[in-house]
Amino acid sequence: MNKNKEQLLNKRYKAEKRFRLYGQSAIFMALLFLIIFIFKIFSTGYSAFQKTWLIVPVTFDAELMMLEQNPSKEDLKDADYYDIALKSMADLDPNANENQENELKRMVSYFFEREIKRELLNDPSLIGKTKDVYLTASDDLDQVFKGNYPRDLPEDQRRVTDYQLKIFDQLVELGKVESKFNLSFFTYPDSREAELAGIASSFMGSIFSILVCLMIAFPVAVLAAIYLEEFAPKNRFTDFIEVNINNLAAVPSIVFGLLGLGILLAVFQLPRSTPLVGGITLSLMTLPTIIIACRASLKAVPPSIREAALAMGASKMQTTMHHTVPLSMPGTLSGTIIGLAQALGETAPLILIGMVAFVNTIPGSPLDPAASLPVQIYIWAESAERGFVEKVSACIMVLLGFLIIMNLFAQIIRHKFEKKWS
Amino acid sequence: MNLILFTFIVLLGFTSYYFGRKKAYTIQYTKKRLTALPQFYGYYLAIWCAIPAFIIFSLWAIFEPTIVKLLILSDYSNQGYLDNELNLIYEKIKSLSRGQFTGEITPFIEASAKKYINLRSIAQSSKVVIVLSAIIASGAYAYKRISSNSRTREPVEKFLKAVLFTASLAAILTTVGIIFSLIFQTIDFFKVIPLFDFVFGTHWYPAKAFVRDSSEALDPSMYSDTFGAVPIFAGTFFIAFIAMCVAIPIGLMSGIYLAEYASIKVRQYAKPLIEILAGIPTVVYGFFAALTVGPFLKEIGNSMGLDVSAESALAAGGVMGIMIIPFISSLSDDVITSVPQSLRDGSYAMGATKSETIKKVIFPAALPGIVGSILLGVSRAIGETMIVVMASGLAANLTLNPLESTSTITAQIVVILIGDQAFGDPKTQAAFALGMSLFLVTLCLNIVALRVVKKYREKYE
Repeated sequence: MNKNKEQLLNKRYKAEKRFRLYGQSAIFMALLFLIIFIFKIFSTGYSAFQKTWLIVPVTFDAELMMLEQNPSKEDLKDADYYDIALKSMADLDPNANENQENELKRMVSYFFEREIKRELLNDPSLIGKTKDVYLTASDDLDQVFKGNYPRDLPEDQRRVTDYQLKIFDQLVELGKVESKFNLSFFTYPDSREAELAGIASSFMGSIFSILVCLMIAFPVAVLAAIYLEEFAPKNRFTDFIEVNINNLAAVPSIVFGLLGLGILLAVFQLPRSTPLVGGITLSLMTLPTIIIACRASLKAVPPSIREAALAMGASKMQTTMHHTVPLSMPGTLSGTIIGLAQALGETAPLILIGMVAFVNTIPGSPLDPAASLPVQIYIWAESAERGFVEKVSACIMVLLGFLIIMNLFAQIIRHKFEKKWS
Repeated sequence: MNLILFTFIVLLGFTSYYFGRKKAYTIQYTKKRLTALPQFYGYYLAIWCAIPAFIIFSLWAIFEPTIVKLLILSDYSNQGYLDNELNLIYEKIKSLSRGQFTGEITPFIEASAKKYINLRSIAQSSKVVIVLSAIIASGAYAYKRISSNSRTREPVEKFLKAVLFTASLAAILTTVGIIFSLIFQTIDFFKVIPLFDFVFGTHWYPAKAFVRDSSEALDPSMYSDTFGAVPIFAGTFFIAFIAMCVAIPIGLMSGIYLAEYASIKVRQYAKPLIEILAGIPTVVYGFFAALTVGPFLKEIGNSMGLDVSAESALAAGGVMGIMIIPFISSLSDDVITSVPQSLRDGSYAMGATKSETIKKVIFPAALPGIVGSILLGVSRAIGETMIVVMASGLAANLTLNPLESTSTITAQIVVILIGDQAFGDPKTQAAFALGMSLFLVTLCLNIVALRVVKKYREKYE
């Protein structure tokens, strides 16, 4: 009998331990996912911040460039750089046949003659001389140099030919291949060529969308929250507004994209693919988030503040505008920043309003076509070239960096400025 | 031009504030008592100056293009053009008036372009005149009304309250906007495709509708067996089911652990860390699923002799489950912490262990709240787009094999609407019909979930 009891007790204790273990392993699993995730992104993405350059001697032959004696700056701009660019690449292997010369040309980026042109425009005295010029390597060679490219594949399954690899290895041995910080990733717009693609256009698109979103969502949401929390009578209509807000907060984001497409583009005829439309769509999405945050922080202001102001003879509006609202601002602002961070990471609605269009200029206003950072991630992730994989990860790192900064900022505002009552 | 006028109105509003306040000060200086603080006189004048002008200005901006278009096209009304031909002519006239049109020009159109330019300039100048006179008239009226015993605070506050009220209508307007944007296209869609075929059909090939030549007449029989949404609905719920299989055990157990077992220190660090998972953009999850999880599952499957698609429902659903973990864990954590301590104490007093208390007392008490949080998670899973678009297939297979690829409502909407779309095309309308069904399903889930959670909160408050 006693033994039975002890067994039962032991069993119960074991069950207790097991249950605890389940809980611990659940937390462990969740954190493990997070770690794998971040590790994976960083390990594929960090190499995108480096760019491979080939150092190629270029002879600035005036005859090949169709330049006359003592050319002016204008002449230099209009000169023909393609031939000398081609020649300097072909010179890497003096006994190359025509096919091989073509392959040599494809070892550098698509716009390599522009890099040569820039070199000459910086220093016009180079005409007739030979100089080592840094040329952006093609994305495949870039990947080879970073060790991301499987060189042991059969030749017909990879985009780099054996011949290109041979020349490239010779250049590496001569120290003519260099890896430098990839500034162009931040300053160039999107491109079909992985080695020239940058995030500048999508970054500006994101900034414009978020600004439009902030300018619409913040005032409307704060005013709405003030009305609902301070002035609204308790009736069915107010309840209806409240149900609406709670619902909108949980409506899938793609539905807002359909709203943008069906109303903003089709009815109001706003320009497609622009951050203006994207920002308006996102602002409708962020509205409930900010309203909820603002109402919560208005609610947290103790009634004694309101009563004191009313007792001093302030009107209800004065009480609200002079006392309650300023005191609730820290909570509202941090809620707004969190809402904007969500909007910054949103992709699906922007795809529907056409912000996936290929944009190779940097937008200068919210009315220019643009992409946004998450959409850029999507566009690059769908591209087949190997060079885009690291770009996607790097773009994700930039996006996550912004989200972390915004969330930290929200935390700081909340902890620094929020008054603790009681 | 519009911008200049707008800035002018705003600037005038600001300056009239100072005029109003100054007049109030003068009244005060003559030892008469004011009925409101001086700045209210300023606000009063500013509102009177700027708001009527602003209303006229915006109404003008909205209606001017339509009226000009009507006036121009009235010349063409008796020539028997169709509606869209008229639109085309109008576009020609507009681009000609900007000097950007290159192509064949008839003298008639050229005359219209001149008329267009003329009308526009008349409209512009009359707008300026009317807006300015509105400012002056209403401003002078209000300025005259300011006297020692005029009421200014009440109208100003009433106006502010009206602004606040209007802002609170934004939420309703958004909902109405969503319904409007969906409903017309959906109705048009069901005019071509019978509702029955949509809800019970088992073949979904919208691409078939795309090949159609646009000049062909609409022939409903062409679309039979094209827009059967069963595979899509099945795929949506299947992927959501896989996601919940991952999210519920992990989310619920970590919620329970955080609420009942974890020390303050563990809670302090683990909770925000888990919530990071909710803050990661979904496109990032999608990339992770497509680049890492999909190929990983395929490799495992191949080593076990299974045929796994690189874009399997399992990869998309699994990663989606990871995304939903924090929603379930923090909501159930909240729910469990709000169960009154007396229930726990009672259970301990009867000799129950902690896990027995949780399983037999706390869990049943918290069940409504937990169910609510799970329903919210399901609604998230159904509405999630990017993970499915990037990691699961885009072909709508009717399958229950998690290793094959399936498609969802959201993914199909993206596939159909990415790139250019033509309104009026059944394929585009199909996307809106799918959006409508998505909206309705998530709406029901949300309403039920929110109500359950609210009822539960009230029970223990």
